[in-house]
Amino acid sequence: MKFIQGLSVSLISTFIASSVFSQTAPVAPPEVRIGIVTFLSGPAASPFGVPARNAAELMIEQFNAGTAPAPYNQKGFGGSNIKMVLIDENGSSTSVVTEFRNLIQREKVDMVVGYISSGNCLAITPVAEELKTITLIFDCGTPRIFEEGKKDYVFRASNHATADSVGAALYLNSLKIKAKNYGGINQNYAWGQDSWKDFDGSMKVLFPGSSVTTSQMPKLFAGQYSGEISALLSSKSEVIHTSLWGGDLEAFILQSAPRGLYKSSSVILTTGETAMFRLANKIPDGTIIGARGPYGVLAPKSPLNDWFRASFTDRYNTAPNYTSYQMTQSIMSAKLAWEKAQAANNGARPTAEQVAAAMRGSTVEGPGGVHKFALSNGHQAVSETAYGRSKLVKGAMTLVDVKRFTAEQVMPPDGMKSEDWIAKGFKK
Amino acid sequence: MDQLLVVLVDGINYAAWLFLSAVGLTLIYGVMKIVNVAHGSFYSLGAYVSATVVGLWFRYGFDPYLSYLALFIAALLAGFVVGPPIERFLLRYQYDKDEVVILLITYGLFLILEDVIKLIWGVDPYFVSEPYELLGNFEFASMTYPSYYILMVVLALLVGLTLMFVLKKTQFGRMLISVIHDREISSAMGINVGKIFILTFGAGCSLAALAGAFTAPTISVTPGLGVEVIVLSFAVVVTGGLGSMAGVALASIIMGLVRAFCIHFAPELELFVIFSVMALVLSFRPRGLFSLAESRKI
Repeated sequence: MKFIQGLSVSLISTFIASSVFSQTAPVAPPEVRIGIVTFLSGPAASPFGVPARNAAELMIEQFNAGTAPAPYNQKGFGGSNIKMVLIDENGSSTSVVTEFRNLIQREKVDMVVGYISSGNCLAITPVAEELKTITLIFDCGTPRIFEEGKKDYVFRASNHATADSVGAALYLNSLKIKAKNYGGINQNYAWGQDSWKDFDGSMKVLFPGSSVTTSQMPKLFAGQYSGEISALLSSKSEVIHTSLWGGDLEAFILQSAPRGLYKSSSVILTTGETAMFRLANKIPDGTIIGARGPYGVLAPKSPLNDWFRASFTDRYNTAPNYTSYQMTQSIMSAKLAWEKAQAANNGARPTAEQVAAAMRGSTVEGPGGVHKFALSNGHQAVSETAYGRSKLVKGAMTLVDVKRFTAEQVMPPDGMKSEDWIAKGFKK
Repeated sequence: MDQLLVVLVDGINYAAWLFLSAVGLTLIYGVMKIVNVAHGSFYSLGAYVSATVVGLWFRYGFDPYLSYLALFIAALLAGFVVGPPIERFLLRYQYDKDEVVILLITYGLFLILEDVIKLIWGVDPYFVSEPYELLGNFEFASMTYPSYYILMVVLALLVGLTLMFVLKKTQFGRMLISVIHDREISSAMGINVGKIFILTFGAGCSLAALAGAFTAPTISVTPGLGVEVIVLSFAVVVTGGLGSMAGVALASIIMGLVRAFCIHFAPELELFVIFSVMALVLSFRPRGLFSLAESRKI
């Protein structure tokens, strides 16, 4: 009997003590776990994966410390500390999907931000929907993600590849280049094929009567392009389009520049920004360079951009490239959506559905300017894009003749597939 | 006509690279019956060592033309410094195990070496294009080519002929052939099989490093560049016949020419043309073009 009385007193005391404690000292909100997936090994690590990882690390540190400028100055995500769970994207699509499942089911992340490879994006998208987890695709470009069915949990905070290809053709047009024919070299997988298809379609609209000379499709990470360069030189193309990226792009520049490809053709490097400083003295003047959006040196001047560039450069001793911008844009989009959803939920931790509802159709200003989740039921963001031409000034790479194109000029309207929009002459 | 000549030059250039990349793999398999998946790591190692050596060579203003010799020596040293200890202290204790187990061990080795390379050189790319640009260009069939291509072809010929000479004309080569056919009998006849193995493994690794070293000036030297090489080398070696030098040479030439032809006339086929050649050859000759005859033990 005494034991029961003692137990009752202890339990009541504990309950009262805990109630009092809970009234006087608020319980710290649980952390928000974010899975960050990017290439940490393999040829894509250095130009893309690591700069993106660095941006994620920097942003999460700044958010947790509450030192980012407004509107990102609330600590963490709505006051909850952010915990980054970092995963290497390198590997087969099967292993990437397995790691994605592990992130959600084992690591219990609240959301995933990641993916550079279009193949990987296509592989994980249905799983993200199945597991009902917010997934922000930060870099991969294939438009097929949202064109192949409605999505509820998957978002992309930057333009897809159509903007790069249409922007490149618009840039040629703006320079009054008379392109009677054009060729291309693109990697033989989703990204390369989509990029070439959109560029080809855009050229047919903007340069009626122009024709394709050759379309080279080497495999991803081929590294050896002597044959392809010969084919491009033989084709006597007036314009050459390439969406090669990372080590493939760098190898292509190293192998093609000494052979005079840039003298005989106007060469467009749609992802050239990642290589332009490292290979400054190898890229001939006049090469057309893109950054997959208004990023890097093509980012618009703003206090937010100045803060981001200074913080990144100070921390990593190198300027952020476009993948750093894309990662930052994605995490900022997630933060604003989370905090909006939390506020709508009376300060309680929001569900994935509430975060998705808050992100859908939102407008987010990042270091790369204003991005609006305007397409695909508010899941695909759009922004302006920009291109310029390389010019070496006193040993330093600069871009001249920079031209900017609005989101409406380079991205299809909502509900319309890129291919159809281009085929109809960019008409709505 | 010019177009066909261009195909020929591109094909031979690619064949030279394929041969250099694959010959070390077939040498090791021929003698030791090991499918060395770590071959790609030695290719990467050669590329990174080359990047470091060439970088220093030009920074300190040494004779630029001697940089090719520096590349050559650095690659051979890299292979012989790292390869033999792996054979002596790891692989030697595995020979009684199944071939698949050894393959898995070399795969593990590949993963470890890839990380060691990242640990030493980091993930930032290295560019050492000076040797590639130093020799200038030449004109052929209305096309501009870097003279470095000639260097690669000459190097491939030099490696191929040297290996043939060593195998056919030297005492060491005859001992090697003896070990290839039967290591037990060779051992009974007084041949130090352990010594042959360690030298062969070192040579095979050095050849992979040599291919990486001379490819480095044409590419961005980044982590993971050896992965593609393993796959292609394996395709060449299997097509040529596992363990056959002549097979590797012929398979490289066939694959190089067919690939170049596709690039110029049917680029959409380029992705799988090398593996199509492999499948075609293996469907008629399942053991490859020049499979070695195997003695039957009773």
